Amino acid sequence: MEKRREKKRRFSILKQSGQRQGPPMADDQNIVKMQGIGKSFPGVVALEDVDFSLQKGEIHAVMGENGAGKSTLIKVLTGVEQPDKGTIFLDGKLVQVRSPQHSQALGISTVYQEVNLCTNISVAENIMLGREPYRFGSIHWRKMNEVARNALGRLNIDIDVTKPLGNYSVAIQQMVAITRALEVLSTKVLILDEPTSSLDVHETNLLFDVMRKLKSEGIGIIFITHFLDQVYQIADRITVLRNGRLVGTFEASSLPRVELVAKMLGRNLAELNEISKTRSEEEEEADVEHLLMAEGLGLAGVLNPVDLDLDAGEIVGIVGLLGSGRTEMAHLLFGVDTPNNGSLIMDGKKINHFSPSESLKIGIALCPEDRKAEGIVGDLTIRENIILALQARYGWFQFLSKPKQSEIAEKYITALGIVTPSSDQLVKNLSGGNQQKVILARWLATNPKVLILDEPTRGIDVGAKTEIQKLVMQLAEEGKACMFISSEMDEVLRVSDRVAVLRDRKKVAEFSGDVDEKTLIHTMAEEE
Amino acid sequence: MKQPSLLKRFRESRLFWPIVAWVIILLFNVIVEPGFFKLGVIEDPVYGKHLYGNIIDIFNNGAPLMLAAIGMTLVIATGGVDLSVGAVIAISAAMGAVLINPALGNKLITNDILTKNATNTPLPIIVLATLAAGTLCGLWNGMLVSRARIQPMVATLILMVAGRGIAQLITNGQIMTIYYTPYFWFGNGFILGLPVSIYIVALVFGLIWLLVRKTSIGLFIESVGINAKSSYYSGISEKNVKLLAYTVCGLCGAIAGLIYCSYVHSADGNNNGLNYELDAILAVVIGGTLMSGGRFSLLASVIGALVIWTFTVTVYSLGVPANALLAAKAVLVMVVILLNSDFAKKMVNRITERRGSHDKTAN
Repeated sequence: MEKRREKKRRFSILKQSGQRQGPPMADDQNIVKMQGIGKSFPGVVALEDVDFSLQKGEIHAVMGENGAGKSTLIKVLTGVEQPDKGTIFLDGKLVQVRSPQHSQALGISTVYQEVNLCTNISVAENIMLGREPYRFGSIHWRKMNEVARNALGRLNIDIDVTKPLGNYSVAIQQMVAITRALEVLSTKVLILDEPTSSLDVHETNLLFDVMRKLKSEGIGIIFITHFLDQVYQIADRITVLRNGRLVGTFEASSLPRVELVAKMLGRNLAELNEISKTRSEEEEEADVEHLLMAEGLGLAGVLNPVDLDLDAGEIVGIVGLLGSGRTEMAHLLFGVDTPNNGSLIMDGKKINHFSPSESLKIGIALCPEDRKAEGIVGDLTIRENIILALQARYGWFQFLSKPKQSEIAEKYITALGIVTPSSDQLVKNLSGGNQQKVILARWLATNPKVLILDEPTRGIDVGAKTEIQKLVMQLAEEGKACMFISSEMDEVLRVSDRVAVLRDRKKVAEFSGDVDEKTLIHTMAEEE
Repeated sequence: MKQPSLLKRFRESRLFWPIVAWVIILLFNVIVEPGFFKLGVIEDPVYGKHLYGNIIDIFNNGAPLMLAAIGMTLVIATGGVDLSVGAVIAISAAMGAVLINPALGNKLITNDILTKNATNTPLPIIVLATLAAGTLCGLWNGMLVSRARIQPMVATLILMVAGRGIAQLITNGQIMTIYYTPYFWFGNGFILGLPVSIYIVALVFGLIWLLVRKTSIGLFIESVGINAKSSYYSGISEKNVKLLAYTVCGLCGAIAGLIYCSYVHSADGNNNGLNYELDAILAVVIGGTLMSGGRFSLLASVIGALVIWTFTVTVYSLGVPANALLAAKAVLVMVVILLNSDFAKKMVNRITERRGSHDKTAN
């Protein structure tokens, strides 16, 4: 019922905008037209030959996994980055967006998840900042408040504009940011970058009402989000990017959800039907005691309570789209964040104090998702990076001598096949795959019982990927309990004994033994 | 065969530039005043025979700065900064002076008592209290930075401003002159003909070097300075590493305060150790430690401190008025920072490249 109504509504919206603005694909309806955009950074091609168009009165969702190129596309449009190739047309005119200020002057505004306004001054001041009305050489407060109130009224929001912005919820703050964009900057193109990540259902709906209002006024909205539900709730068209390339632009009403997920992941559903089940059954275990047991482990606003067991010698794969809570779960298990719900039991003992150093002591290791920011210590040598966690466990005064350090480092350089002339190289000079191996070595040196690998193969070349997958399987054979988090379905299926699926910060299913990619994608997309 | 490799290693070592800078300043002095390096032996009524000369003075008077630079190195290596070193010097000096003051505990205070060469507090207590005061200051900074998560510059700014007030509160708003000969030994005494302060610096340097290089603390400090998040994820207690760095820095400031107060025979909350924090930061920068943290060298920082101190002495000896010293120092700062900047490196690269291409075309 719900779905049908939603579809109907969407249809009517399309019809409305269609009536008012003619056929949707007509060229003169495009406020923004980006053609053949290409952008490379040292070592990475962030965008390659991407076309994108935004029409008047359209809500256009941009979707893609990490590294798909969404943020680069937006940065190019807002002048933060200059494209290497391609052209941008605004209202049919060729433009070169030189800087974020320039893009604002052109009528392109961005509202981020974290509102960049001043929370300690009034709502009216925030809206009118830089455009305050003056009278007799001083600010005309009454007029300013009135203008601000009217501007908010345009979005059907009625709040006390003289109160500090900080008094209001994030949702209202976002509306204020949008109002400022409309009122002061006379925006034609509004970019909403993950605006709903910190909003609850009610607030999200409030925001959507505002978006619909703006849409009816002919403003083009680019909507970036990870939430599939919301995309289908509000977007007219969806552009899918993957690995810096355009997968396609689709009418939201004619793209089934599971197709969208498959496109984001780069899988072809038709092909998937033919993949045979290759995994063999694992022998059932009778005893209830598991090595690591999470019972209702969760953190409000971050991860809904999750039950998960991990046993020695097995690999549990975790799949889910970006923002589904996979990394958040890894952080909770490793003690980076302290859960406020449920319990975590390791070796039969309940963990009370959550921190990485505590996890290190009891034998839980994490290879973090963001290798550069959370993994390597770039300006230290490979040797120092490898012994870092072990040394942290030994403490301040039990210092590993240099020969001992070298011995450990050499052992793992050989064991994991790290390609380097010497263990005294700085780790930042290594390739991504080798850096990943160094982090793996860092943890293996501490001899952990549980190894959590968050996207261990991201951004590394195919050969190194296979090597790391093999390594993980080998480690499990040696009796380590591994958790393998990845957005690449096929590698999860290849290495895992069990697969758990996360969606919208919840664990929605767990498959043991036989499961195929199609089932997983359907589960991730919430369609049976 | 070994000779060139040793030379090359020295050229690539982080000690190279600070030493070059120091040698240049020393050479300049010799040119201006040929007798600059002359050392002599003098008989002192209190401390006996000892060496005297410009170099001895530089080491003796530069001791507080060298100590401050040693402490500052650790703090900067963690990615922080300690702006309160000068204030800590003032607080420690005030602490020492007030304990020495014979008026302490006397009900009836006369001029006679105040200027007496005696004190009611045992010397070890005076020294310990001085050191404790500075260490406590460092601990406070460390708590603010590591536990309260206040940005280092802001956190230590609090003590930088408040510290001088605290120092004046301790001395009751007075510039306190002290008359207690045993205490003067720290800043004026001699052992085997060399100033005591040199031995103190050497001892502190040695102990802290052992602390950071013979335990894992040095590695952790560098690791935290390069990437605090990765370090935390590796199980390093990043908070305690920072706390330790600031505390040690406070202790170094206290020892500097002890020598300083002993040398000038007084405690002045407003002027003791004035601008020492800035000189210490500069010394660390000259020593090649990045302000963003990471790899550090204690020895390079000490040489950096010597560069600054020698520079200061040189400027004075040239007859530049004291109030113009800051301007002269600013020039030094500018040169050092420009040489360290990416801009300068790019320029140097461009010049060498151009020369390279020029050579090619010439051929």
